[in-house]
Order: sequence, then C-alpha cells, then structure tokens
Amino acid sequence: MTVNGQERTGEVEPRTLLVHFLRDNLGLTGTHVGCDTSQCGACVVTVGGKTTKSCTMFAVQADGAEVQTIEGLAQDGAYHPVQEGFWEKHGLQCGYCTPGMIMSSVALLKRNPNPTEEEIRHELEGNICRCTGYENIVRSVQYAAEKMREGAAS
Amino acid sequence: MFPAPFTYSRASSVQDALAKLQENPDAKILAGGHSLIPAMKLRLAMPGALIDLRDIPELRGIEVGDDTVTIRAMVTYNEIRDNAEVSAVLPILGEAIGVIGDQQVREHGTLAGALAHNDPAADLTAVVLALGGSVHAVGPNGERDISLDEFFVDLWTTALEPEEIITHVTLNRHDGASMAYRKFAHPASGYAVVGVASVVDLEGGNVASARVAVTGASNTATRLTAIEEALADKALDEATVADAVANATDGISINGDEFASESYRAHLVQVLARRALLGTQV
Repeated sequence: MTVNGQERTGEVEPRTLLVHFLRDNLGLTGTHVGCDTSQCGACVVTVGGKTTKSCTMFAVQADGAEVQTIEGLAQDGAYHPVQEGFWEKHGLQCGYCTPGMIMSSVALLKRNPNPTEEEIRHELEGNICRCTGYENIVRSVQYAAEKMREGAAS
Repeated sequence: MFPAPFTYSRASSVQDALAKLQENPDAKILAGGHSLIPAMKLRLAMPGALIDLRDIPELRGIEVGDDTVTIRAMVTYNEIRDNAEVSAVLPILGEAIGVIGDQQVREHGTLAGALAHNDPAADLTAVVLALGGSVHAVGPNGERDISLDEFFVDLWTTALEPEEIITHVTLNRHDGASMAYRKFAHPASGYAVVGVASVVDLEGGNVASARVAVTGASNTATRLTAIEEALADKALDEATVADAVANATDGISINGDEFASESYRAHLVQVLARRALLGTQV
C-alpha cells in the first residue's frame, strides 16, 4: 500500500487490523488505539480518500490502497489548517484523541467546507475526547474552516 | 484486539464469490465490514474465511428508473446520500443515512450489507420496508427476487440462504409522496431505540396508500399495519394521525431491555410515527 505518499510493504496475518500494521510494522505511532471497539475514533486515517477507523479495517483490505495518517498531513513543513486550528484554539488537552479528531475534522471539512457548529458536532460523533474538551475542538474546526475558505478564495 | 484466525480472499466477480463461498461453508461475505468486523473482534462472529467483494465492478452503481431505484451491493451509504438523482426521488434515504452511526460508518457501510445483517436496531431496514421493493440474490441455484415484505425474518435473520449473495436492492419510487424517518437514538451507541419510517402516497389530498415501518422495537423491522389501515382514504392531518397512531403497536411484539422498557418503546413508536407522518421534529 501507499502510506503518506510512500510505497510500503509488509507480511501480516489476515486478522491484523490496519491500525496495528501502521503502528507495529510501519512505526507510524501517531495513529492511536483508544477503545479498540470502533467507537472512539482515535485511530482515524483515510484509505482511498475515505475517512476510516483503522481498527475497523483489516490491513489486507487496504492492500494496494492509498493511506494517509496524521504524519502525512503537514506539507513541506507547514501544518494543515486543521492542525493549526487545534494549536491556535487549544483543541487538545491530553492529546490522545487528537490525531483521530484532526483526521475526522479534515474529512468533515472536505464534505462540508462551511459547517455550522451543530454539523461539526454531529460529524465528530464518532470521535470521543476523554478530557471532554469538545468546546475548543469545535472552535479549532471553525478556525480551520475559515482559514481554508480564505485560502480557496485567494 | 484480534479476531479468531481466518483466511482472506478477494472475489473478482459475483460468480467467483459464489464459488469461493461454496468451497468454504464457514466463510462470510465482506462488504463494508462495519458490523461484521466489530463482531469478529469481540469474537461474536468467528468465520473461517472472509470473501471480500470490494474488487467486483458489477456490484457498483445506482440506477434511477421510471418506477424504481436500483442500488447495487457495494454502494456505500455516502454514495447513496451524495447521489442527487436519488435525493430527488427518495429523500428519505439521505435523511436516514444522515443519522446512521458516524461519518466513518457512513463512508464504508453499504445498504445491502445492512439488510443482510438485519440488526434489530438498524435504521435502513425500516426505511426500505416503508418504500417497498425487493432484494435480488444469486446463489448456487440461480437468481431470485425476494420481496422486502418477506425478507426480514427474525433477529439477525433474513430470507437469504447461507450460500446466497445480494447483488442489488430495488426500491419503489413514490413520486410526490410524503416520506420521513424519525428516530430516537440511543445516546451512547447511536442505534435506534426506536425508529419509524413512513411513506404516504396522496391522491387529491387523501391517503391513497400508506406504508409505515418500525425498527428497534421488535426482533426485526416490521410494518405497522394498524396505522396503515387507519389512514386509508383519509386526509393526512393532525387529528387523523393522532387516531391512527393510538393503536400503532397492535399485533406487534415489543421488546424491552435495560435501556428501554417494553411500554416505553411502545410509547416511542406512537410518538415517532406521529412525527414521521406529519413531517414534524417534535
């Protein structure tokens, strides 16, 4: 599979989850394991452009696919606007849910570049923040949305 | 968390998938995987083999015909919701998809997979029952159409045979009909404690035909025929609907559990049926 633009290969059992392949075989530990039961969203990546809980996909299903993880989001040393938003608006406390929150936020802004607060909360339902820092997470996404709209307009 | 060991293969065509299924009686078909994989991780399901349908082009695509909408087996929830033609003729599909699971489930989950799985609290089982149509399956004995009215049998059980695969689902169009889905979601899981879908064809302001279906309340999604009959030939107004939903659960076995008692679920059926029929939020 192609991970963050690089060709990566490995031999795994069919039952190996994508998240374990990314972390254990490729050393990409930015993708976290939280609940392990498809609820918390700490492991969100994109596979073939689709937002994906990598604990709910076997690595073999992603064979040949393009995968993007949190490590592949910044381009040429510059943070993605969503990463910048989480920095500027204090969208993280302990940071455990943050990689998944950011990856899900990028996906939600791709579907809906101008979301309302309610839409942001609805689309992030699959991501749980144990610090309950949702207020600032929503502000971070709003910051990124504005920044991306400005970028698109200019 | 690791599931029990299994072998994995990708089928290149429907015929190839059928052949693989016959070689492995212990195999399961893998579509979006967002019900099956969590169940495998908990070892509630331990298939010896998975046959992945992702590489079969003939299972992709949606066709909007004059009388029906055909959705092929590997079409995801978001592909249905984002299809402008489907949204125009069957807006209830997009409405219900918007409240399924989370954005990752909507990105990967498939309609055909949800119907084959037949979770008692799934959203789209009620929606497709309210629309009416058929499931097209292919198996060792050839192809057949199964009417949606006969498809859902019991808890996680459908009329599909173990060696059959769904190729597509055909849903009836109801142009000009009033249609809506209303759900009381479990606050943690997001599954329907109760959900009600209604599709009402009107003629000259009166109800020509009503199809109303419930999910979450019983072992499997089921039609609320008491409401359908009570609405026949009447105007779809507040008073008629209030009367019609009063006996909504007649003849239906309602389940209770630690989240919602039998009487609470029966109450929700009435409340949500009223909201769906009148198209209101409260």
